[in-house]
Amino acid sequence: MDFRLSEDLQLWRETVHEFTDNEVAPYDEAMDRANDLPWDIIHKMSDAGMFGIPYPEEYGGSDMGSLAGAITIEELARGSASIALTLDAHWLATDPIHLFGTDEQKKKYLPDLVSGKKIGAFALTEPGAGSDAAGIISTAVRDGDHWILNGTKAWITNGGAAEVYVIAVKTDKTKGARGISTFIVEKGTPGFSIGKKEDKMGCRGSVTTELILDNCRIPESNLLGKEGEGFKIAMVALDFGRTCIGAMGVGTARSAMEKAAAYANQRHAFGAPIARLQAIQFKIADMAMGIEAARFMVYHAAWKRDQGQRYSHEAAMAKVFGSEVAMKACREGIQIFGGNGYSRDYPLERYLRDAKLLEIGEGASEVLRMVVGMNMLKEFA
Amino acid sequence: MHIVVCIKQVPKTLDVRVDPVTHNLIREGIESTINMFDENALEEAFLLREKFGGKVSVISMGPPQVREALRKALAMGADEAYLLCDPSLGGADVLATAYTLAQGIKKLQPVDLILCGRHAVDADTGQVGPELAEQLGWQQVTMVKRLECDGSKITAWRECEEGTAVWELPFPAVVTVGKEINKPRYPTPIGIIRSGKKQITTWCADDLDADEDKIGLAGSPTRVIRMFSPERTSHVEMLTGENEEVARQLVAKLREHKIQL
Repeated sequence: MDFRLSEDLQLWRETVHEFTDNEVAPYDEAMDRANDLPWDIIHKMSDAGMFGIPYPEEYGGSDMGSLAGAITIEELARGSASIALTLDAHWLATDPIHLFGTDEQKKKYLPDLVSGKKIGAFALTEPGAGSDAAGIISTAVRDGDHWILNGTKAWITNGGAAEVYVIAVKTDKTKGARGISTFIVEKGTPGFSIGKKEDKMGCRGSVTTELILDNCRIPESNLLGKEGEGFKIAMVALDFGRTCIGAMGVGTARSAMEKAAAYANQRHAFGAPIARLQAIQFKIADMAMGIEAARFMVYHAAWKRDQGQRYSHEAAMAKVFGSEVAMKACREGIQIFGGNGYSRDYPLERYLRDAKLLEIGEGASEVLRMVVGMNMLKEFA
Repeated sequence: MHIVVCIKQVPKTLDVRVDPVTHNLIREGIESTINMFDENALEEAFLLREKFGGKVSVISMGPPQVREALRKALAMGADEAYLLCDPSLGGADVLATAYTLAQGIKKLQPVDLILCGRHAVDADTGQVGPELAEQLGWQQVTMVKRLECDGSKITAWRECEEGTAVWELPFPAVVTVGKEINKPRYPTPIGIIRSGKKQITTWCADDLDADEDKIGLAGSPTRVIRMFSPERTSHVEMLTGENEEVARQLVAKLREHKIQL
């Protein structure tokens, strides 16, 4: 067993780290206040080849693998959860096209998504169906060689910013999960519009909107995968998404720990830096242990995917654990900062608001615990 | 056009400790990177290559771990990398370093242009570039903030205290650059993958046909006798009186300490 990253991955990690320090982190506060996606950073990420990390060279990617993808997300999240989330959501749409698309679909959509020239978004959640994903009520009805899509999607990251949407709808209302199909819908298609933009608690530098489908006509050639395969496609996309959310947790927790440790070293109380107090040392130690454990879980999930193995179980665990490590690190980081931690003059409160998303999006902790728990119980039945 | 870029691996943090006995920087356990200005030199070389074609070779002298810095230079886009590495090269001062680099660069001839950073951020001497030009007998301009070439001559805008001096010089030449000249690119994923397949050529003292009296500690006429952090003192003086009077006193004090207003 070798815990070292390859030289390529080390160099890539350093590159993203440096990129994040120079091009991302200094703007995180401003994008939080502006409540908008900073396109200039997205363009720089595109120039730096970040969008194409896990995809083949034939579509313009670098084929560095899912582990490199997770590392990219982790390092970006160290500077801005919003930016990392934007890339994660982009991959949520790119991944199913790569894995389930026809040659024509791949040739048509992947080059622009892999280069980052176009942003992608993935839409499953609806106002009435989040954790209960099979309970969606948006529909697609066949009309000759077209499908007519109707319904409303909610909480769609990259909504409005994206040009390419992978949307899951019911093609057979009589069935649950097996009645779902996914379609590729392009921005600007008649009947497809961007709804309300959410005024979120955190990750405000990423955009989240509703999507509205109103008799939107989509050609048969834009059905992604087979009819009725949509739920499976969504779950496969979410496996990688959850791995990336775990990586975001690691990056966010690292940032919280770095800031809290630096503060503890320079903040004096009782005649010495508070870093000398055991209460502070214990908090930092818990953060460090959480980060280490979460990182191994995330990397293991990504590694399994790179080996072509099933990894839904590991992705779910990495997501729950990583997001909770991030929340705890931010909460305790604020405690170390004391009153200053509660102020917007310091970044910790923003990190906390960002981290909260990680426990909810792409599978809430409770639902994923059900998945992990049931897997274990089945194994020992 | 064949451009050679000289790079130095330096500690990532400037918060380095000095060994109280040897007076050298303690490098163990400290992460390293390419000297900031050397990345500007690399970027400028890439821009010239994009315009005129040719190749960019990168060269460095140092211990085996300098491979990492050369690997990054390759990932950024350098075509070839050379490491001058030999225990007998250790302890070199700026003169011995410039001599050793010159010996290496002679093996890479024909070379049209050598680019260096204006100085290394760890030792801050800024001597190696100019001494390299002397060793080779080439023309040089230092602290360049803009560079243009037309194939037969080089035009260099040099940062001076009171303005900018514009110099023209023929090939071959040595130019040292500052950070104003460009914004260095990041290694791309594809660049990283390709750089892993490239060789880093290592040359020892014998390969360089070097005069042993001119390399390493033996070839270094200068010695660091003492190195210390400057003492920091703070002096507080309260100015009292009417606002206007206090302002006048403040301006006078600032002028006295040569602080530009």
